[in-house]
Amino acid sequence: MSKRIDVKDLNVYYGSFLAVEGVNINIEAKSVTAFIGPSGCGKSTFLRTLNRMHEVLPGARVEGEVLLDGDNLYGPGVDPVTVRTQVGMVFQRPNPFPTMSIRDNVLAGVKLNNKKISKGAADALVEKSLRGANLWNEVKDRLEKPGSGLSGGQQQRLCIARAIAVEPQVILMDEPCSALDPISTLAVEDLINELKDEYTVVIVTHNMQQAARVSDKTAFFNIAGTGKPGKLIEFADTTTIFNNPSQKATEDYVSGRFG
Amino acid sequence: MTTNSLTTSQGAGRAGDKVFSGATLAAGCLILVVLFGVALFLVVQAIPALVAPPADIQGGHGFFAYIWPIVLGTLIAAVIALVIATPIAIGVALFISHYAPRRLASGLGYVVDLLAAIPSVVYGAWGAAFLAPQISPAYGWLASNLGWLPIFQGPASATGKTILTASIVLSVMVLPIITSLSREIFLQTPKLHEEAALALGATRWEMIKMAVLPFGRPGIVSAIMLGLGRALGETMAVALVLSSGVLTASLIQSGNQTIAAEIALNFPEASGLKVSTLIAAGLVLFVITLGVNMIARWIITKHKEFSGAN
Repeated sequence: MSKRIDVKDLNVYYGSFLAVEGVNINIEAKSVTAFIGPSGCGKSTFLRTLNRMHEVLPGARVEGEVLLDGDNLYGPGVDPVTVRTQVGMVFQRPNPFPTMSIRDNVLAGVKLNNKKISKGAADALVEKSLRGANLWNEVKDRLEKPGSGLSGGQQQRLCIARAIAVEPQVILMDEPCSALDPISTLAVEDLINELKDEYTVVIVTHNMQQAARVSDKTAFFNIAGTGKPGKLIEFADTTTIFNNPSQKATEDYVSGRFG
Repeated sequence: MTTNSLTTSQGAGRAGDKVFSGATLAAGCLILVVLFGVALFLVVQAIPALVAPPADIQGGHGFFAYIWPIVLGTLIAAVIALVIATPIAIGVALFISHYAPRRLASGLGYVVDLLAAIPSVVYGAWGAAFLAPQISPAYGWLASNLGWLPIFQGPASATGKTILTASIVLSVMVLPIITSLSREIFLQTPKLHEEAALALGATRWEMIKMAVLPFGRPGIVSAIMLGLGRALGETMAVALVLSSGVLTASLIQSGNQTIAAEIALNFPEASGLKVSTLIAAGLVLFVITLGVNMIARWIITKHKEFSGAN
């Protein structure tokens, strides 16, 4: 259960401001794709258009197509709610629901849309999802405790467990490790490596070493200057981007000359 | 000889600190002094009524027989007012904070706040002169169709000046309190949690159930309790709207009375033991309100572990 994403001529606007311009990208199923680039280049904005989360911001809209195994996310009659059940998301700061226990956090997405689930099935799903997020052994004795009592890294893995519990096709991660310490970061990176066996993973990161460690392919975004739209500069195998990029800007960025 | 250079104090800054901490301490103490003073006054003035022979108290059966019907009347009026006002207030607050377009939201918020600016005597006059006559046919309908329920037992009041009318007026009065507090709380819901719910495929209503309401629950409880405080203590509106009488189960007959209205209506002509009786009634109202607030605090702290604070 994982689907590929094909983006055709995508422009993203905030009101009349063009934030991201002319993105074409093909993301393979069961792969890890990293988006890198300097701050403000539109990589997070673009990531959010892959599950229509940009619509939360007033005035944000897109032109172009995003195809999930050929189905346009922006086609007429497509409900963003349906899109988000297929394309899950993990955020920059861990955001488990503070009023829910660890168990309820994992089941939060499953219980949506009035779906009924038996207690046995729920227990099995909680264990499967927490094992899938490499968190089971740490929390199995305190499933009824609040999720907000965990460490930052554990909370982020709880959020990943919550995202995979609804069995999405794609998981988007928006700088998932930027609020975590190195040990927790390592745990999440290991997890990303395992997730790609079953899911299509797209990750935005500021950390180039992280992109090099976890991703199969890397996309480099850049802006020409403040107020100009962000653009996709280069998209290739991660090894190519870091060792033999075809664009001068990519080479300057990955070698640390700017950004 | 060496001196420790760290011991030299920066005089001015320290003095400001002391003045400020002294001022806050004084403000905190003042609250306690005022509260204690009011409580002491109530207790001292109420003692004659509490120790007087039962036959001397109004009604002739002692203070307890005098007070319990109006305590019950007070609670009935306040609870009905909250039952009506709370769902509407939370609905309006959610509409303003999460559904309405921004321009409409600010206008609507302003109108709701204006409701709180209307003096209670105006509400009372409105209730007595307009609402009561308008609503009395509905009471007639309730009496003939749901009359088998004790609370809607006929014959319905022809004037409409019943405890249900008073409760409806009270609900309009507490509506702005609950609405504006809830709205403030809902607007403070972390974007992080709202996005977490939406990213899981929640609809807007599911997002509200999952992120906004749990986050706002302690705030909603305190908003309701503040509303309850106002409903319990409201005097003028009830005194004008309710045609008072003995305690009755039926909400659509004239009858029942609240503590605050009882005190307001009888105090001007009271003297001697009657004054003590009314002040004792005030003491009872004070204790009820205090109890309500303590229960509210307890509810809020009970859920602390699961609140967004940690």
